[in-house]
Amino acid sequence: MVALLERESPSVRPSEGEQQALLSLHSVSKKFDTTRQMTVALQDIDLHVAPGEFVVIVGPSGCGKTTLLNIVAGLEKVDRGEAVFDGKVIKKPGPERVVVFQEHALYPWLSVRGNVEFGLKMRGVGIKERRELVDRYLELVNLKNFEKAFVHELSGGMKQRVQLARALAVEPQMLLMDEPFAALDAQTRDILQEELQLIWERTGATILFITHNVREAVILADRVLVMTPSPGQIKREFKVDIPHPRSFDSHAVVDLAAEVRSELQHDLFERAHKGGKRGH
Amino acid sequence: MATDTFEFKPASRLSRTLAGGSDFFFKLLRIAAFYVGLIVVWQLVADSGLWESYAFAGPTEVWDSLQQNWDNGRIQDAVQTSLKRLAIGFAFAFIIGITMGAAMGGLKWVDETVGSLAVGMQSLPSVTWLPLALIWYGLSERAIIFVVVMGSVFAISISARDGVRNIPPLFRRAGLTFGANHYQMLRYVVMPGMIPSMVQGLKLGWSFAWRSLMAAELLYVSGGLGFLLQLGRDLNNISQVMAVMVVIIAIGLTVDRVIFARLEGWVKERWGLA
Repeated sequence: MVALLERESPSVRPSEGEQQALLSLHSVSKKFDTTRQMTVALQDIDLHVAPGEFVVIVGPSGCGKTTLLNIVAGLEKVDRGEAVFDGKVIKKPGPERVVVFQEHALYPWLSVRGNVEFGLKMRGVGIKERRELVDRYLELVNLKNFEKAFVHELSGGMKQRVQLARALAVEPQMLLMDEPFAALDAQTRDILQEELQLIWERTGATILFITHNVREAVILADRVLVMTPSPGQIKREFKVDIPHPRSFDSHAVVDLAAEVRSELQHDLFERAHKGGKRGH
Repeated sequence: MATDTFEFKPASRLSRTLAGGSDFFFKLLRIAAFYVGLIVVWQLVADSGLWESYAFAGPTEVWDSLQQNWDNGRIQDAVQTSLKRLAIGFAFAFIIGITMGAAMGGLKWVDETVGSLAVGMQSLPSVTWLPLALIWYGLSERAIIFVVVMGSVFAISISARDGVRNIPPLFRRAGLTFGANHYQMLRYVVMPGMIPSMVQGLKLGWSFAWRSLMAAELLYVSGGLGFLLQLGRDLNNISQVMAVMVVIIAIGLTVDRVIFARLEGWVKERWGLA
């Protein structure tokens, strides 16, 4: 159905070898000053993502994971350290690193088709090629029949699939997903997690995905990075070798999710007993 | 993966009208009944003899006057003259107002300076620009158009500013992530994004422009509906005065129901606002 889509699917997905990394963060730090307090959003983050890899960062709200994603997207700047993408220091946003936002990021004045077309239009892609690409990606996310609908006529799950199609249509080198399923109901989230696994396998996309949902992280990721707040740090890394498609009630998924969850809870527990004042 | 197998069919305008057919019919009937009733009451009041006939004209006299002024072409001339002035003045106000408002919404220092001035100027009744206009431009078309522009440009600019400000930041971030440059952001994100706020502003701007025009035409000999109204007064012709007022009301209602109702319908269809 989508023969054109199949890219060289890397038979061996190289893990964190710095050499082949598409994205590298070198001791990235970021602070936010407000009148009341100073928050260390990120402290000495080192992160390497290889081409074709699906990396999920999981952590409680306020741990700095969205700040991290925004830095990779070029929407925020680092205070210290360096964020390098494809050999170049990240200075501004660009269509090679497209963001799928949480919600309400589709344009209401455009139809579904117009939204998916948006990024291609910004890049100056010709009208004929634009039509082909939009058709292809609307089919990929199963929304061909809804191309003429307006955004407010769609369900939450459909909106996120439009966002996914809009992002994939510009064929970015890396997809940045900022809690894209957080606002959806549980059933819709299950379906979209399944679809995202299929889309990832079919397109070989490199994905950096942010969530606070441990189970979601384990189902999707090649690697799960656990982040803890104040200061925002990557505490531990889990490799996930369970074959796709993963079902959320399989033993391997449940066991690993429990392990990740206990890591997070351990951290929260320690904090509660230290009793220090902590900002978000 | 195929979760949505049913087909999405947006209801066509025709099928919607047909489905709500009887509702639509009753709505028309209700409106017609209201106006017929109003005219009957008007006639009864005129016949009651409470006012002398030179001070109050009934619907039949007003209708006669309308017919007479139509037959000798005065109404058509006056409507044409007034609408032309309105169109020119409103077009200027639209372009200047949107440019000013977009700058006020996008640049803080413009809002602090020009923005505060616009708020102050908006409180000025537009007729007060007329003496100034007459001194600057003399008894000319320009003077009237100037008053129309000044009457509506500030309302339009303030709504344009709010329109730019009300665009959700996420829309810009989405634009950035797809690599939109400054021009593209303005053309494809900011301009369409400000439309819902603009519709209200344009409506306000049009009604200000229309009122300023009538006031200006009343105060100075120049053709147009305001002039025809003033002529009726000078001739002590109450039925002409009331006939011209009816025409002014009809134009106002038509513009609101035809142009702005369409614009609002377009916004509603896309944004889904109630």
